[in-house]
Amino acid sequence: MAKVLVVTSGKGGVGKTTSTAALGAALAAMGQNVVVVDFDVGLRNLDLVMGAERRVVYDLINVVQGDAKLAQALIRDKRLDSLSLLPASQTRDKDALSEEGVDKVMAELREKFDWVICDSPAGIERGPTLAMRHADVAVVVTNPEVSSVRDSDRIIGLLDSKTLKAERGERMDKHLLLTRYDPARAERGEMLKVDDVLEILSIPLLGIIPESQEVLRASNLGTPVTLCNPASAPAKAYSDAARRLSGEPIAMAVPNDRRGLFGKLFGRRAA
Amino acid sequence: MNLLSLFQKRATAPVARERLQILLAHERSITGRTDLVAVLREEIIAVITKHVAVERDKVQVKMERGDAVSTLEVEIEIPTALAPAESAASAAA
Ligand SMILES: Nc1ncnc2c1ncn2[C@@H]1O[C@H](COP(=O)(O)OP(=O)(O)O)[C@@H](O)[C@H]1O
Ligand SMILES: [Mg+2]
Repeated sequence: MAKVLVVTSGKGGVGKTTSTAALGAALAAMGQNVVVVDFDVGLRNLDLVMGAERRVVYDLINVVQGDAKLAQALIRDKRLDSLSLLPASQTRDKDALSEEGVDKVMAELREKFDWVICDSPAGIERGPTLAMRHADVAVVVTNPEVSSVRDSDRIIGLLDSKTLKAERGERMDKHLLLTRYDPARAERGEMLKVDDVLEILSIPLLGIIPESQEVLRASNLGTPVTLCNPASAPAKAYSDAARRLSGEPIAMAVPNDRRGLFGKLFGRRAA
Repeated sequence: MNLLSLFQKRATAPVARERLQILLAHERSITGRTDLVAVLREEIIAVITKHVAVERDKVQVKMERGDAVSTLEVEIEIPTALAPAESAASAAA
């Protein structure tokens, strides 16, 4: 059975697109059939982070409006056979996305893939609510910083009320992905700690992604960080998160400051 | 400036944590984090329409939040012609 996952946050620039690409590539590398869908209409970026910007012909809106078939718009990844991208439109605006059109595309994607990963735009309006509408699982991307935590709290409220799952009276499966975490600064009391954010948002933890230069390097090259440098700390953290998503019980590790490694085990079970 | 005050000046995370806890407790009470009222309203409509045809906007659900207890007020307008008499009600049950 296909799973639809939304990567969302409320606030912009926290790492949604980075996380969509990294998790999508990690799941595909595990042999899953994955499509990453860019819902950031007008500000598409997932194509760039995936290194597919020159291969975009048709986009989500063309498919929603019936101007192209889904198969024409899907871009198969050059590195991983089981990874595809459905890009957003750069020239249209979000009003071109109709609810019914999105319903149809999502139903078709569910038939073709094991995972449909939706990269949400920022905000709490129409764009993000359309991106989360069909989700079975939500990954709430949060930075250890006050405005990001506040916005995540708002998004959690929307996930529990504005999704099809919520409308059917079912519980949305929500996970916290703490990104751009700097363990040294958290230790010095300069930054909210993992436990602070978990206590405030009270949803289970999916992973802790450290602040790392590897992320920028990967996006410069147009390669998801999990493929670009699989041995790096952020790539390992994303791969572990992907494994937890597919149900493997993997112990949670906090990026260790001193050795710069994921050495220190964290006494917490995975989400 | 001694070492301790240097440390205290740096440790701003506890302040952030406390501010967030206070702010979010307040914001959740306004927006209702799980949108309980909306959920209840939908389920109430579903139950009622099993037995009587009511218009969606004739179903009002209100939550009054108090310090010790909150009250839930539900008001449903049913056309008199449809309001079940004794026998109709038992037939429906
Ligand atoms: N773990 C990280 N370490 C360092 N930089 C990061 C990390 N995660 C994201 N970034 C950077 O933050 C910026 C915003 O990331 P992006 O994924 O585009 O966020 P969003 O999609 O939420 O707007 C990008 O420049 C990205 O390279
Ligand atoms: Mg983005």
